[in-house]
Amino acid sequence: MLGLGKKDFSLLMLVLVLTMLAPFILNPFPEGSGMAQFNAGYPDLMQRFVIFGIFAIGFNILFGLTGYLSFGHAAFLGVGSYAAIWMMKLVSLNVIPAMIMGVIFAGLFALVVGFISLRRSGIYFSILTLAFAQMSYALAYSVLTPITGGETGLQLKSTDNPILSNLAEGEIGRASLFGLDMRASIELEMGNWLFTLNMGYYVAAFVMLIAFYIAIRIFRSPFGVMLRAVKSNQNRMNYTGLNPRPYTLAAFVISGMYAGLAGGLMVAMDTQVGPERMFWTASGEVVLMTILGGVGTLIGPVLGAGLIKYMENIISKINSDILHTWFAFLPDGLEDLVVTLIYPFIGKGWHLTLGIVFMLVVIFLPGGLVEGGQRIARLFGKRRKSEDGSSAGKTTPAE
Amino acid sequence: MDAIILQILNGLDKGSAYALIALGLTLIFGTLGVVNFAHGALFMIGAFCAVTLQRLLSLSHEVVDETRTDFLGNPLKVEVPYLQDWLGAETAAAVISWSVPLAILFSIPIMIVVGVAMERGLIKHFYKRPHADQILVTFGLAIVLQEVIKYYFGANPIPTPAPEAFTGSFDFGALIGMDPYTIIYPYWRLVYFAFAMIIIAGVFAFLQFTTFGMVVRAGMADRETVGLLGINIDKRFTIMFAIAACVAGLAGVMYAPINAPNYHMGMDFLVLSFVVVVVGGMGSLPGAVAAGFLLGILESFASMAAVIDILPGINQIIIYLVAIIILLTRPRGLMGRKGVMEE
Amino acid sequence: MSKSKFTRRGLLKTGALGGAGLAMPTIFTGAVWADAHSGFTNAPQGDTVTLGFNVPQTGPYADEGADELRAYELAVEHLNGGGDGGMIPTFSSQTLDGTGILGKRVEYVTGDTQTKSDAARASARSMIEKDGAVMITGGSSSGVAVAVQALCQEAGIIFMAGLTHSNDTTGKDRKANGFRHFFNSYMSGAALAPVLANAYGTDRKAYHLTADYNWGYTTEEAITASTEAMGWETVNAVKTPLTQTDFSSYIAPVLQSGADVLVLNHYGGNMVNSLTNAVQFGLRDAQANGKNFEIVVPLYSRLMARGAGANVKGIFGSTNWHWSLTDAGSQAFVRSFGTKYGFPPSQAAHTCYVQTLLYADAVNRAGSFNPCAVAEALEGFEFDGLGNGPTLYRAEDHQCFKDVLVVKGKENPENEFDLLEIVEITPVDQVTYAPDHPQFGGAEASLGTCNPGA
Repeated sequence: MLGLGKKDFSLLMLVLVLTMLAPFILNPFPEGSGMAQFNAGYPDLMQRFVIFGIFAIGFNILFGLTGYLSFGHAAFLGVGSYAAIWMMKLVSLNVIPAMIMGVIFAGLFALVVGFISLRRSGIYFSILTLAFAQMSYALAYSVLTPITGGETGLQLKSTDNPILSNLAEGEIGRASLFGLDMRASIELEMGNWLFTLNMGYYVAAFVMLIAFYIAIRIFRSPFGVMLRAVKSNQNRMNYTGLNPRPYTLAAFVISGMYAGLAGGLMVAMDTQVGPERMFWTASGEVVLMTILGGVGTLIGPVLGAGLIKYMENIISKINSDILHTWFAFLPDGLEDLVVTLIYPFIGKGWHLTLGIVFMLVVIFLPGGLVEGGQRIARLFGKRRKSEDGSSAGKTTPAE
Repeated sequence: MDAIILQILNGLDKGSAYALIALGLTLIFGTLGVVNFAHGALFMIGAFCAVTLQRLLSLSHEVVDETRTDFLGNPLKVEVPYLQDWLGAETAAAVISWSVPLAILFSIPIMIVVGVAMERGLIKHFYKRPHADQILVTFGLAIVLQEVIKYYFGANPIPTPAPEAFTGSFDFGALIGMDPYTIIYPYWRLVYFAFAMIIIAGVFAFLQFTTFGMVVRAGMADRETVGLLGINIDKRFTIMFAIAACVAGLAGVMYAPINAPNYHMGMDFLVLSFVVVVVGGMGSLPGAVAAGFLLGILESFASMAAVIDILPGINQIIIYLVAIIILLTRPRGLMGRKGVMEE
Repeated sequence: MSKSKFTRRGLLKTGALGGAGLAMPTIFTGAVWADAHSGFTNAPQGDTVTLGFNVPQTGPYADEGADELRAYELAVEHLNGGGDGGMIPTFSSQTLDGTGILGKRVEYVTGDTQTKSDAARASARSMIEKDGAVMITGGSSSGVAVAVQALCQEAGIIFMAGLTHSNDTTGKDRKANGFRHFFNSYMSGAALAPVLANAYGTDRKAYHLTADYNWGYTTEEAITASTEAMGWETVNAVKTPLTQTDFSSYIAPVLQSGADVLVLNHYGGNMVNSLTNAVQFGLRDAQANGKNFEIVVPLYSRLMARGAGANVKGIFGSTNWHWSLTDAGSQAFVRSFGTKYGFPPSQAAHTCYVQTLLYADAVNRAGSFNPCAVAEALEGFEFDGLGNGPTLYRAEDHQCFKDVLVVKGKENPENEFDLLEIVEITPVDQVTYAPDHPQFGGAEASLGTCNPGA
């Protein structure tokens, strides 16, 4: 189906179902209950899940397949964002041209950076990409302020009047898709549950599905095989008369374009760009997302992106007040003790929790979250084996 | 001319910090083959050893002074260090002001314990794992370490001044016959530079002239063969890791008076030290040191007003620009060996 | 398209619906952030109202953020009738009576800005979309303030800025839904210049080191303009990278430049490091042009100044508020805060506390949470008793106009909090400027129209 093997097709279908039902799946707890704090089914976070999912999928095309570890991928995300917001400021508030511009500019920038950086391999390559990204960040923050807005970044303003949009005098433009406001939502109320079906999220989710589909095709194509060959043994490739450079450069540009797409989508969902999007920690984050999820797997990077963004947005919002309401049922002394014990890990301590999760995952699940999934699948698989021998590893991704 | 001498001096000083951290990183890369993202955290822990010792020395008990009031109008509780009770006010103040140099002794055992615990407890299990896993686990560790420090010491910088005798600056220009005030240089920075040179020389001598060092160097070149010879290379690698941790820690201790330590100083230095290590060439100790000083000096030159006027923003990017140029002209950095971390 | 929104969420939260409609999904369609019944975003339903406190909890400004959060918690306590009421009794507008806001008990949610505009907006959006917050406040940098202010304008939420000192926040980036109590770069310059001229003379040559981003630019511009008006000459202005930690190479050439004053347009960690480095290089003891060499720090943060230790002694700067002020409002606040937490509040804590009270009072006076009604109540509002003397919330740019404190690092601190002494309280007239001042975006800058989100 769609040119995919059976396993890949079921994986794509699984992702399709998960993304379409995300507003429900991510909101498992009723409003007003203590656990509602853990609900992630609100537009902003869901959008971030899919956007960083795209970013990580693209990164994985480079890192997972070729083994080239880019430490400056956030620069492409940033360039894509800047291109997209300028498109919206000057030409059209429609998100599609904005995203296209994001992809094009990020692709061009990736072509330049990749052409230079890929002359080296291993850690030398990593440092070259890091250097380009840090230069982009530093310049965007300071001397390029007229173009990038510097520290305060760029937002849509009432003075912006894109030529293809009919804005009233003084009206601030809104990102839209042929007139559909990205911020429009349908509220679905079922009993104590409240689900928000957001226009922007579904646009982003649709884009991610396409991106995911293309990634599967790349992984399975002869081109993908070639990239894996680069990873396993470049010398042998050279000896067989194949020049690996064009392949790796293509992979680099494709993954840069994915990053640009993610950057363009970020602007489409929330019309704002700031230079810290390109700081090395942002580049590091996508590396961590990919490793955390599972390098070289199709779904892993998306899972890794989800976990990191979830912790950043959910754990950081828990404060001692909320802890006290949770444990109010305990006797006073015990309540205070429990709160004191948990407190360092939530709110302003969310970094600590993040660090611990990184360590635990990499120590106990060497293949990342995907390996965790596989282990669980295997557990069930064993049980089911007696009935159906082939059902195991339904979600088993590539490699 | 004087401006150039001045910036070379500044660069040497900045370079010392880069070189010390890069030296430790390279030791770990070279011997253990591990990408240690927690190395900046070791530098930070060193600086906080100085902070801790300063706090320990000024451990106080409260004495209520009825004649003065605090900000709420209550009688002021004056903190009196125990040292003051034992030694008298002047001696106590003098001892406390020496907490940074004293912290050198204080930090060595701590850094050795931290280093050994890290290597035996965590890093050891990652020798055979892909570099990606090493990055993830050491990055996680770095976050945990800095958050623990933040939990106890807060996020703001904590002043840790140098001893009275080393505060202030001297007129280097006047010494070499220039007008006064042309080249001013703080004493402590001179101390830092000298200290860095001693440590660097010490590490090199140790590797060069001891049997232990010889085995480690052999291990760096070919781990398997050394293992086949029946030498327990693992134990030596643990010691090497502890030494690298010590170097980073001592660099941190001595750096504390230059910039007040804060919990994220390790991360601030981390990326730059990686650049330094790679520019120097993977696995090359002299390369790391040379690159540290080179980049330090270039960074200083780029921050001169005359240079910024010609090339706005050059001070923002100089290190990265130089790194790119060097890596493009010399494939393995200044002195890198073939095949190390090139996959 | 009919509209719906967060009121539902508020309603559900109070549990009024219970399990009644369990089997029957009701569907509302409409633009997010809008509300059909009230005409504005997140109209509070039931007997509570939710405020969003968005402060840096990680990163270099985490301690400042923690202090802001303490102030917010204190403000909520006072608004709900707890504690000693803090500044509520001294506040000139007497609509706050300890029954919350408009009779609704105040609840709050917190978030982490990480001092990054992306993270700050993510956090603010989650407060708006998930928690139904009707007002967002906080922040410890101008980049974040401008970004979140723009978001609140789009969403139809009131933004009460925390610590943000750049001219842009109420200058070229001003927004109808955003309000700033804190002072700004221009005011720092206008207040400092006469004091500096007094102390150091009018014949001075200044050398600026400026953090290379928007706040640095506006501060350098403001200080240069006002000191030059006093007769000073600006020898040079060098930009330093934000990520710089060691400023030696920028500071070392200062003495040769012919300057006799160094102005450090740095904040936070940058300021601590550059000042420490400047003192290490002996600038405090040096002579230039036959005068004592001097250092000036336009914006002081007491929390951060602690990091510079003894180096701040005798150095001039400006600040929005200081705990040693003796007016009734300040004293009440310090007592309240100090009793609860054991140390005096910072200027960041003060401005955040005041902003919360001002918002609550504006809602009470407007009789509605509708952001447009609140904005109208705040515009042109004159008040007193909140620590800065008589203050005006100017309608044209939503900036507070009040006296500015010029401070100096104290020579003999009594305790660890006693770092700054007030040198002069510059009267408000001296720091007032026209709303279309060129440093504030000129005639082009406009608030736009208030957005209730409907």
